[in-house]
Amino acid sequence: MITHLSWKVGGQQGEGIESTGEIFSSALNRLGYYLYGYRHFSSRIKGGHTNNKIRVSTNPLNAISDDLDILVAFDQETIDVNAPELISGGVILADSKCKPSKPEHSDAHLFSIPFTEIANSLGTSLMKNMVAIGASSALLGLKPENFEGVVKQIFGRKGDAVVQKNMDAVREGAAYFEKEAAGTGISFKLAPVEPEKRMFMIGNDAIALGALAGGARFMPAYPITPASEIMEYLIKKLPDYGGTVIQTEDEIAACTMAIGANYAGVRSLTASAGPGLSLMMESIGLSGITETPLVIVDTQRGGPSTGLPTKQEQSDLMAMIYGSHGEIPKIVMAPSTVEEAFYDTIEAFNLAEEYQCPVIVLSDLALSLGKQTVEPLDYDRIEIRRGKFDPGRELPELEKNEYFKRYADPGDGISERVIPGMKNAIHHVTGVEHNEQGKPSESPENRRYQMNKRMKKLKTVHETFPEPVYADTRHEKADLLIIGFNSTRGTIQEAIPRLEKDGLKVNHAHVRLMHPFPAEEVRKLMAQADKVAVVENNATGQLARLIRMETGAGNLETVLKYDGNPFLPGELHHACKELF
Amino acid sequence: MATFKDFRNNVKPNWCPGCGDFSVQAAIQRAAANADLTPENMAVVSGIGCSGRISGYIKSYGFHGIHGRSLPIAQGVKMANRELTVIASGGDGDGFAIGMGHTIHAIRRNIDVTYIVMDNQIYGLTKGQTSPRSDMGFKTKSTPGGSIESALNVMEMALSAGGTFIAQSFSTDLKELTSLIEQGIAHKGFSLINVFSPCVTFNKVNTYDWFKENLTKLSDIEDYDPSDRGAAMNVLMKHNGLVTGLIYRNTSQPPYEELVEGFRDEGLAHQSLTLGKEQFDKLTAEFM
Repeated sequence: MITHLSWKVGGQQGEGIESTGEIFSSALNRLGYYLYGYRHFSSRIKGGHTNNKIRVSTNPLNAISDDLDILVAFDQETIDVNAPELISGGVILADSKCKPSKPEHSDAHLFSIPFTEIANSLGTSLMKNMVAIGASSALLGLKPENFEGVVKQIFGRKGDAVVQKNMDAVREGAAYFEKEAAGTGISFKLAPVEPEKRMFMIGNDAIALGALAGGARFMPAYPITPASEIMEYLIKKLPDYGGTVIQTEDEIAACTMAIGANYAGVRSLTASAGPGLSLMMESIGLSGITETPLVIVDTQRGGPSTGLPTKQEQSDLMAMIYGSHGEIPKIVMAPSTVEEAFYDTIEAFNLAEEYQCPVIVLSDLALSLGKQTVEPLDYDRIEIRRGKFDPGRELPELEKNEYFKRYADPGDGISERVIPGMKNAIHHVTGVEHNEQGKPSESPENRRYQMNKRMKKLKTVHETFPEPVYADTRHEKADLLIIGFNSTRGTIQEAIPRLEKDGLKVNHAHVRLMHPFPAEEVRKLMAQADKVAVVENNATGQLARLIRMETGAGNLETVLKYDGNPFLPGELHHACKELF
Repeated sequence: MATFKDFRNNVKPNWCPGCGDFSVQAAIQRAAANADLTPENMAVVSGIGCSGRISGYIKSYGFHGIHGRSLPIAQGVKMANRELTVIASGGDGDGFAIGMGHTIHAIRRNIDVTYIVMDNQIYGLTKGQTSPRSDMGFKTKSTPGGSIESALNVMEMALSAGGTFIAQSFSTDLKELTSLIEQGIAHKGFSLINVFSPCVTFNKVNTYDWFKENLTKLSDIEDYDPSDRGAAMNVLMKHNGLVTGLIYRNTSQPPYEELVEGFRDEGLAHQSLTLGKEQFDKLTAEFM
């Protein structure tokens, strides 16, 4: 019996590849296994090779695997493209309809199974994926009944007959495989685990749920890969809480509408990817100078321009920190796991209100779309803090012709916030430099006062930010410190034991607060290692540059990957080893 | 009950003497008083340009945003607190050039915001360049040989975009303008009021006298029916858009807010931010 394996289903886009993986992994998640799924897809609706790679383990994991044990193929292209990944003795389950053949030199076991034919005999070829799931389950030593719950959940609305037909497809797929494999000894029987109810979600689900739990009630947004799931989740849920999502005409409208709503007292966010963030830059400056809270999620993908819309990259970092003309206080945070994406999104709304500034929640495609088993989220950790804002406060009457001093500096740069509708709180808000009452003012004294006020606001962020750097300092003095951000965390964690096996002492730091940068923490961690390797999915080493700039460190190695795919643990292992 | 003086502050506008925008400001203040609003329950959101300064000259909550984006900001304010009266304002460059995408979509979205455009057919704050409202042949610093682009007929555009309240006025006609703004505020849905507000410094063609000569009052047209969309289009085409008064009003189309599922009468800003434990458990269970 085995404790982990990796399984991949592939075919033409639009053929149900995603849902095949979804059903397969949801069922295994319910059985109590830990799952991690990563989709390879293209920016088109129908046609083109697509695949969904899923890792199954008896232990928690959050990275894709180097190799592949089982490949389910609906066409020959899937075999040709993915067979090289298969381990020696791996299994290909292929639809006999495509007359599958193994590539030369492959020692994988090929089973040609009539997925389509069996599905057709049960009524519709659409069920070929269920037949494939049945065959896969038999290979894993699972029972068709294990899939019943998920099948019911997905097809229940269509009636019992449809549920039964789909279950028949699973059973027939399993029976066919068992018959074919009888006597061959080929098996990937999974070690049993205790059934455990765990969530199975993508990073975007966690961000959306975090927004809801964090009190966000309004989301203007424009669809874009890989961020759309956030608006799609919230449009379903927000009406229950009095709120809504508006699909705007563009990202500029999304961002400015969110600013309008935040100004009027509603926690509001928008989410996008690089192209949308580029359009929002001017508005982010408006949020900064008007000290209006704002939360923006940036799910990074391959850039620049339209770039690689469906591929992994981490190249927006500098743009998120320094984008927008002029100088404003801004917080940029980078969760590195699905759990963190949930808690950090809640925190983003707190920070935005406490510091009255834009907060960017940086994610990346692998984190946003990678679907994985998630440990239970803790309700008691949800906290709403609104800073210097009390919508119920009764204010003293203003002098005639005086406005409320919305932009007065009480010392820490953070003024009392009031919203339209409040009595005795009328003030003006403008993106033009302004005085304490918000009225335009160009005097040098006022400019210095307001700039100093805004720029000092973030001084205390370090004190309150939960874990600015995740650090695994298992060695007091390490040979190597690996630094990363966002989705590379799991991959680094998987590469470390391999490096240690090679005799290296390795520490790990994952930066979670990108701006204001936790320079002191990072400096300390770097001092504990002989070498530092910064791991990033971009071509210019943006995090490494940031670390150099913020800490003054000169000696940094970079391990970069910018071909659109996430790092594999093996690649990272070899790249880090080569530094020695 | 508030009077128009309650909507005055002590800020002196930096508009040129004779600028049409002074009357627009006065009309908004009078309409607000007539509509029995209070300064703290009104928000004026404006764009960038000479006219964009208007939010700072009216005593109410005011938000002076970025160029071309007064409408999305105003819609965000209204969605956040529908108990507020929200007025968006700006110039023709703000609304019909850089912000045109938002204008069209605000019109068809129909959120209850009153949008007042101070249309002077020129860029004033940048000292005299052409606008999408400038006529063909109009000479400016950016079109020294005369504009070779046709002027946008915004009222026709608003009508075809599904506008539910479309009106036009002339800044000297304070009575009509005030009444139209009042009606726009009362209208449930998006209202667009385009106001010819002459630029006395840079537009030497479309002057007060020019408008007096060329404008037709819809109230002077016998039996004009502002609920007839076809008639509205005809009158605009016949007069090349140079009409004033209520051009079209559709009262049967509910505003966006009333069509949003679960949207409550109480402003969203006053509602709870917290999620009950039971609700949270239900939400997380959906992922299991």
